[in-house]
Amino acid sequence: MSLLELRAVSKRFGGLQAVHGLSLEMAPGEILGLIGPNGAGKTTIFNLISGFLGPNAGEIRFDGRSVIGLKPHAICLLGLARTFQIVRPFPHLSVLANVRVGALARHPRAADALDRARAVVERVGLGDKAAAPASSLTLSERKRLELARALATEPRLLLLDEVMAGLTATETEAMLTLLRRIHEVGVSLLLIEHNMRAVMSLSQRIVVLSFGEKIAEGAPSAIASDPKVIEAYLGEEYVHAAQD
Amino acid sequence: MDPALVAQGLLSGLLFGGVYSLMAVGLTLIFGVMRVVNFAHGDMMVWGMYLAWLLSTRLGLDPYVSFAACAAGLFVLGLGLQRWLVDRIVDAPHEMQILLMLGVALILENVALMAFGPDPQRVASPLGRATLWLGPVFVDIARLVTFAVALALTLVLFLFLTRTDLGRLMRAAADNSYGALVIGADVRRVYAVAFGIGAACVGAAGALVSPILPFQPSGGLPLSVTSFNIVIIGGMGSLVGAFVGGLLVSLAESMGAVFLSPSMKELVSFSLLIVILLFRPAGLFGRSGA
Amino acid sequence: MKLAALGAVAALLLLPAVLDKYVLTVFIFMFFYAFLGQAWNVVGGYAGQLSAGHAAFVGIGAYTAVLLSMNAGVTPWLGMFVGGILSAALGTVIGYLGFRFGLRGFYFVLLTVAFAEICRIVALNTDAVGGALGLYITYTGNPWQFQFADSRVYYYVALALMLGATGIVTWIERSRFGAYLAAIREDENASEALGVNTFKYKMLAMIVSSFLTGVGGAFYAFSLFSLQPNAVFGIPLSVEIIIRPIVGGAGTPLGPILGSFILTPLAEISRAYFAQRGWAGAHLIVYGMLLVGVVLFLPRGAYPAARRLLGRRGA
Repeated sequence: MSLLELRAVSKRFGGLQAVHGLSLEMAPGEILGLIGPNGAGKTTIFNLISGFLGPNAGEIRFDGRSVIGLKPHAICLLGLARTFQIVRPFPHLSVLANVRVGALARHPRAADALDRARAVVERVGLGDKAAAPASSLTLSERKRLELARALATEPRLLLLDEVMAGLTATETEAMLTLLRRIHEVGVSLLLIEHNMRAVMSLSQRIVVLSFGEKIAEGAPSAIASDPKVIEAYLGEEYVHAAQD
Repeated sequence: MDPALVAQGLLSGLLFGGVYSLMAVGLTLIFGVMRVVNFAHGDMMVWGMYLAWLLSTRLGLDPYVSFAACAAGLFVLGLGLQRWLVDRIVDAPHEMQILLMLGVALILENVALMAFGPDPQRVASPLGRATLWLGPVFVDIARLVTFAVALALTLVLFLFLTRTDLGRLMRAAADNSYGALVIGADVRRVYAVAFGIGAACVGAAGALVSPILPFQPSGGLPLSVTSFNIVIIGGMGSLVGAFVGGLLVSLAESMGAVFLSPSMKELVSFSLLIVILLFRPAGLFGRSGA
Repeated sequence: MKLAALGAVAALLLLPAVLDKYVLTVFIFMFFYAFLGQAWNVVGGYAGQLSAGHAAFVGIGAYTAVLLSMNAGVTPWLGMFVGGILSAALGTVIGYLGFRFGLRGFYFVLLTVAFAEICRIVALNTDAVGGALGLYITYTGNPWQFQFADSRVYYYVALALMLGATGIVTWIERSRFGAYLAAIREDENASEALGVNTFKYKMLAMIVSSFLTGVGGAFYAFSLFSLQPNAVFGIPLSVEIIIRPIVGGAGTPLGPILGSFILTPLAEISRAYFAQRGWAGAHLIVYGMLLVGVVLFLPRGAYPAARRLLGRRGA
């Protein structure tokens, strides 16, 4: 049974058709990359999957169970967590307190949640910043905090919205390593990314969106050589990254 | 229910609505341009009333003449407030703005209390008692003049916003303050003028209404709340909405006074507010889905 | 820190022995308004939902307790809890309407003010509850009717209320409830994405807050021996309630207490000063200036600023 299934999902905002008849599937344990030019509807899809928006048509199933109409917190408790494109740390709380909010979802007792949060904070490499207020973190650290918070809810599927945007090459490598480690422990990843090199090397499969519709789907190498996709916006040089 | 009574209520309510509209137009301009919620609006209006009272008792000026001076006085006050206080919290969360302006309201109210005492006042005006009979209903000349002046001032404001450069700049800043900055607009100055105009509106409204209603320092906060009622019902940031909302709320209160009792009239406007808040928070003329 | 707290409580317990009647009364107000501020703190400080209509809950609690006592002979010791429950019922309605319909910030403030004003107008116009004249409590000095000949009893009751509410808030702060409220206050949407049922927790905060405030209403009525709609439902009372936690530090357990310890004596002194010059009520100027000052310079209130000054790290 697929972990995540979208069937003919559509969403319009007034006159704008943001998503049009989109279908995609994810198997448990997969890393799926979602790419496409700006305005292709990628974040809208994340909002639809995670319950912040409701679709006008179509089905969205997580573990075979429809999530349409569920509030975001309920979907999170089912095992589906997400990060935001523009990171949203709780600015006045410490890093540890931030992550603890996520941990409380599975560990209602405040003390247990704290222990669990500490472990997650260590895992993403923010251990020495645990007591610092979230507002004092650099961008790269905030991205890791956002990731840690979502991880603390112990998801089976993690939706990552441009988690590598704004990172330097070194920071991107570190994030890729971290994501691979997370994946190894059994978390499936659905990524929206503009960093082609990163998403090509990390994903097992890619879905390409343009103007709210799927225009291609397949392995990174196939995508890179797909004329439709190349026409949409990829360049020749990224073919190599997919062949790693 | 005597139809003449109802007709009277409708007429009086409509005419008084001019004042409400002017109040609301000032508030919505401030909110539309600066996204600031002016909790001191009603207290500024009370100061408009007291200014009219001062001009009347010291200089013998009729409020229907001195309202321009009151507007000017409040304009200056508004400029000052914006420059020194409001400017600092333009980007702050709403809660902070509300608390700041509440603080300003408390200061304004209590300075008035110290200066003028707690007792209700009224401004004498020869028009104050004049009435015109139209069959079974009568028209309060004072209210009629008030309505006419309020309408005229709103039109002037509308022309200002659509025909003058500064006015157009103000609307641009209302739509997109960042964009306005990019084109080199002095956004702070635009904000200051907007706040000043908003204050001037309410200063004029205060002067115009001073012969009709008794006023006292503690009347400020209730007037602020009424202004918010109107602006939410009509649509935050919409001039037309503020104008129509003012008439509507005044009519609703008037009908409330006729059908329920005079002291219950605000019940109608508050209930209307709650309904609008729940079902159409953008108001009648605002953009929905905001 | 614990030791200092215990010491302070002990001092407060012993104080009545040395205070004269007037200062005692100031302390009673100090504790009582700290209690109301603490009750507000749950929903306004911790959950971050600015309510400017908490007087509605004071009024409902007050009228309930007084009417039950006058018409049904129910002791106010019980009546105050009934008042609290009815206030919580109103709080549930307001919370439901506000949170279910997504009213935030300014719109939520207006909603709370609208309800408080509606209560005030209804009470003013309903003769069965005394109308504009309100209700008066005849003096019997009977403790069962919450009347005490010795003011010191009021002192201890008010102190108990303040400490009780602070205890509740401290407990909340350390629990999952508190952690969730802090998250909601910081960023509601991000909280939802982390599994926080924001609607449920905001409602809980509102219910706790309105219940406690309603209980306070009974104390209010029975210590003043009278009840007027404009006083007990009015915006000025709502302002008194919120200004202490805001100045002292909203969202902290000591904020309302600090705020009340600063503002109440200040209000009394300026009230006396201004009254001498015939400007009754002008002490509110001080409130206004403090609000402006706090918003501009100490947005999180005096308590967090004091903590930073004293070198302790904020949470």
